[in-house]
Amino acid sequence: MKLPRFVIPTFIAILLLGGWEWYVRSGRVSAVLVPAPTHVVEWFWDSLLSGELLAATWVTMRRLIIGFAIGAALGVPLGALCARVRWVRDTLGVLALGLQTLPSVCWVPLALLWFGIREEAVLFVVVMGTLWAVVLAVQESVLNVPPLYLRAAQTMGSNGWHLWSRVIFPAALPGVLSGMKQGWAFAWRSLMAAEIFVAIVTGFGLGSLLNAGRELHRMDQVMGVMAVVMLVGLLADLVFFSPIERWLRRSRGLER
Amino acid sequence: MSSLLDKPAAAAALTLRNVTKRFDGASGRVTALADISLDVREGEFLAIVGPSGCGKSTLLSLLAGLEHTDEGEIKLGQDPVVSPGRDRLVMFQQDALFPWLDVLENVLFGLRLKPDLTEAERLESARYYLNLVGLGNKEKARPHELSGGMRQRVALARSLAPNPRVLLMDEPFSALDALTREQLYGDIQEIFTKRKKTIVLVTHNIREAVCLGDRVVLFSPNPGRVQQVFDVNLPRPRRMNDPALANLAAEVTAALSSHLTADQR
Repeated sequence: MKLPRFVIPTFIAILLLGGWEWYVRSGRVSAVLVPAPTHVVEWFWDSLLSGELLAATWVTMRRLIIGFAIGAALGVPLGALCARVRWVRDTLGVLALGLQTLPSVCWVPLALLWFGIREEAVLFVVVMGTLWAVVLAVQESVLNVPPLYLRAAQTMGSNGWHLWSRVIFPAALPGVLSGMKQGWAFAWRSLMAAEIFVAIVTGFGLGSLLNAGRELHRMDQVMGVMAVVMLVGLLADLVFFSPIERWLRRSRGLER
Repeated sequence: MSSLLDKPAAAAALTLRNVTKRFDGASGRVTALADISLDVREGEFLAIVGPSGCGKSTLLSLLAGLEHTDEGEIKLGQDPVVSPGRDRLVMFQQDALFPWLDVLENVLFGLRLKPDLTEAERLESARYYLNLVGLGNKEKARPHELSGGMRQRVALARSLAPNPRVLLMDEPFSALDALTREQLYGDIQEIFTKRKKTIVLVTHNIREAVCLGDRVVLFSPNPGRVQQVFDVNLPRPRRMNDPALANLAAEVTAALSSHLTADQR
């Protein structure tokens, strides 16, 4: 007889969580340092009912979506420009390469100075996290469009904007999408860092909630927020990026 | 008198005069084509054949306007060829179909760039050519769902639909299996007879050239030049295993190998 695939992982998960619970409750480690799983679930339930968790998640999601949208909206044309114009690629493209390796939380001090402890500062940091990844992905995928497509389209009389909108962008789309996915991941990380780093007066996000947990010595809250952050990241991938990506690949025969 | 001489004898669709093309290679300048003069008559199926490196694909790129001559002139009718244009459509070695469009949309791509047509006329024309290549029932299919032969058929319909003055074929059969190829030779000849299109085919397959061409132009390499022109006066549709065709192909092959061995001496 063959066990269904989920049985063994579930069993191991229960074993681990149970062991953790037992270890904390047996008093071998301070519950302040390491909260038991049930404590974390308890916090999760309480803050869900009080509305605190949803409010913080909403604030964070709004920042993420707006920042990501700005970053992507700027990144796509800039990336296309890098691909199209040699000297832009040699300047902006190289700069993008450098700035992409810079964790965007490094922008926080400057952002605070320029915009104050306000929404704009967080948005700026998120945009910086998204923008360069998108620029580079768009540049690379446009440069990698098979020349054969361009030649075929040109002989049929396509050029200029028509060539860009009907051939280059559709051909580059899979690469652009994975660049956006990466940009989203960077934005998410930079937003968390920024929210933990500074208490932004205009909104109390998940990062602030996590930091509040630290100040209150409530590790159940810290761990709970960590779990929520993970969950949100997974959900974005599961309900947004993955389906688009799968549809794109399937419709072009790149995947069955 | 002289004005009469300047005009080509039969109406020429494409005129090449002293065309030379060079490339900058790793070992200095390479002359790909040297002093090519050639006329492609209106309604003629011209096959250009030669070993790899004889510049025949370069010649096609020049005719398509995708590359430019270093010396000499190429004219389509009376107008010099300077850029790509839908009066000269190309069928490439790979089908070059766009994977994000279905079959019908692929065929419509060139038609949509003709502003003088209505949408209904475009659809009618696309469907006519899809039927002509026997794929009327595959409108909604994506390119990856078709076999290699079907994809080249769609590519053929796509190049024919905007009704170009000249169809340029860059070894479009070389990636196909023998059976599919044979089938396509039949289709192309049927369409050629029906539509009276001017076609320039580039190939390294001598039999294929003799099977399809009204004239076969043999190119020799290093640098690429016209070595000999053969008239093919066989009735259409021609079959690959026709003995008369095989004889002529043998003649072309002999001419090619005698030149190659002479080259080595």
